[in-house]
Amino acid sequence: MKTVDLSVSIGKLKLRNPILLASGTVGYGNEISDFIDLSILGGIITKSISLKPRKGNKPQRIVETSSGMLNAIGLANVGLEEFIKEKIPFLSNYDVPIICNIAASSIEEYVECIKTLDSVDVIKAFEINVSCPNVKDGGLQFGNNLMMVGKITEQVRSVTEKTVIIKLSPNVSYISEFAKVCKENGADAVSAINTVVGTAFNINTRKPKLSNIFGGLSGPAIKPIALAKVLEIKRSVEIPIIGVGGIMNWQDVVEFMIVGSSAIQIGTLNFIDPTAAVSIIKGLNDYCLKNNIESISQLTGAYILE
Amino acid sequence: MFIVNSPVVELSEIQKAIFLQKIKSPEIADQILPGQFLNIKVTEGYAPLLRRPFSICDVEDENIFLMFNIYGEGTRILSCKQKGQLLNILGPLGKGFNYNTDFDLAVFIAGGLGAAPFPYLTRKLKDKKDIISFVGGRTQSDVIKYNFLNYLVATEDGTEGFKGNVIDLFEQEIKKYLNRRIKIFACGPNGMLKALSDSLKRLNNLTNNITCEISTESAMACGFGICQGCPIQDANNSEHYYLICKDGPVFNVNDVVL
Repeated sequence: MKTVDLSVSIGKLKLRNPILLASGTVGYGNEISDFIDLSILGGIITKSISLKPRKGNKPQRIVETSSGMLNAIGLANVGLEEFIKEKIPFLSNYDVPIICNIAASSIEEYVECIKTLDSVDVIKAFEINVSCPNVKDGGLQFGNNLMMVGKITEQVRSVTEKTVIIKLSPNVSYISEFAKVCKENGADAVSAINTVVGTAFNINTRKPKLSNIFGGLSGPAIKPIALAKVLEIKRSVEIPIIGVGGIMNWQDVVEFMIVGSSAIQIGTLNFIDPTAAVSIIKGLNDYCLKNNIESISQLTGAYILE
Repeated sequence: MFIVNSPVVELSEIQKAIFLQKIKSPEIADQILPGQFLNIKVTEGYAPLLRRPFSICDVEDENIFLMFNIYGEGTRILSCKQKGQLLNILGPLGKGFNYNTDFDLAVFIAGGLGAAPFPYLTRKLKDKKDIISFVGGRTQSDVIKYNFLNYLVATEDGTEGFKGNVIDLFEQEIKKYLNRRIKIFACGPNGMLKALSDSLKRLNNLTNNITCEISTESAMACGFGICQGCPIQDANNSEHYYLICKDGPVFNVNDVVL
């Protein structure tokens, strides 16, 4: 019987398949491990870690919308110290690459987190969340500012040899310009996209449904946006792209790969079906067999525009 | 905690606009405890996208029961399920009531649909402890008395029983029992739980024989701790939120800020 090579590479990272679980949708792996053997995955991206623990936003943090959901969790996390002490030992039990997502409110904080985590063996790569408020610059998000994204990438690159992935915000005019800056400053890959800014109001109270007023939209509602952003990057910058945004099944994965993704992330779907990766991996394997694709990486950017 | 597809057995309307869904689910029935909940996918597609959390209402042999009203799209779809149709159920979730502790009088307090978890708790306790129940609503049609034992009713508009809120009724009546070791189990709107918490502060001047557990609720996505969508303030640590889905939904009334 013919076999399919599902493995893909992102920078120095070699993944057994292109399926990653997205940051903020798997915690630190322990809850979801009750449902799925983590070792079948391409990798796990941990919930954003910041230098100090963050309490996160007040309730209400989540609102369901048409084919999607808004979240404003506020980067709630246990902080670097507890992450290393309490969460890493659990993740070390699995033969799965851990990609550590970092959130910070200053460039120095990004650098300090990575310096500390760089020596942790099971962490194979860093995903930098630039959709965080830049405290020094009045709270505007780093991710909307080309120069800041360039600086963060450069500084982070200078303190680690591990794979560096920048998670890009879709809330910009031209995402490809950001991908270009990431590449120029030494990033190995970009993740596209983070959530899309949205809000929802209660028509009776006239108040926002989220305590934070604005939240990040995820789920199938944003898939077409994410596909367009991945394609935009693919057509203008040569950098590996990790596609993310509303993936619900293996067909969506194939679509993301065709428009240019080297790997993908499952996000919101983990909340609904924490076992989804199992059927997705099987579906990808069957699709490749049926279409005589020997290596799934052949799909990356295999779009035909006419 | 696991995911199963379980068939609907029957839907009954226990009173106007309040439904009881009977589902054959031996796996869940075997493990779930009073006060825990289930997160249910009501359709195969993505509209609605998320699962819907439901408190376990009762368990009888291989069957489980959910109590609900038609509040939105999810419950509307649930109410249309025909016998034999499958529901994708994730559970059992959360921490339920601690009903095996040292007390001799169980006091149930329910507001509106907060009645949902009590049939199962009643089933577990009725042969072991004395139970008195306080059941409230804004008006008569909101009051759900289903399977409560030894109950008193309060309605805010006085259309049935005591006129006023259920906590006022509770506070007035409980004074007859202060010589006993009392454990309160409460479920209802946040305002009711808050009023209960205030009432307990007053009662604690009279006795130290009362403990109280409350069942809380929140919007949530996953139901098992990964989305972080359902925080509730920790009463003992201002820098910490509990998660309702995982640390709750049942809490000791003193452990959370309502």
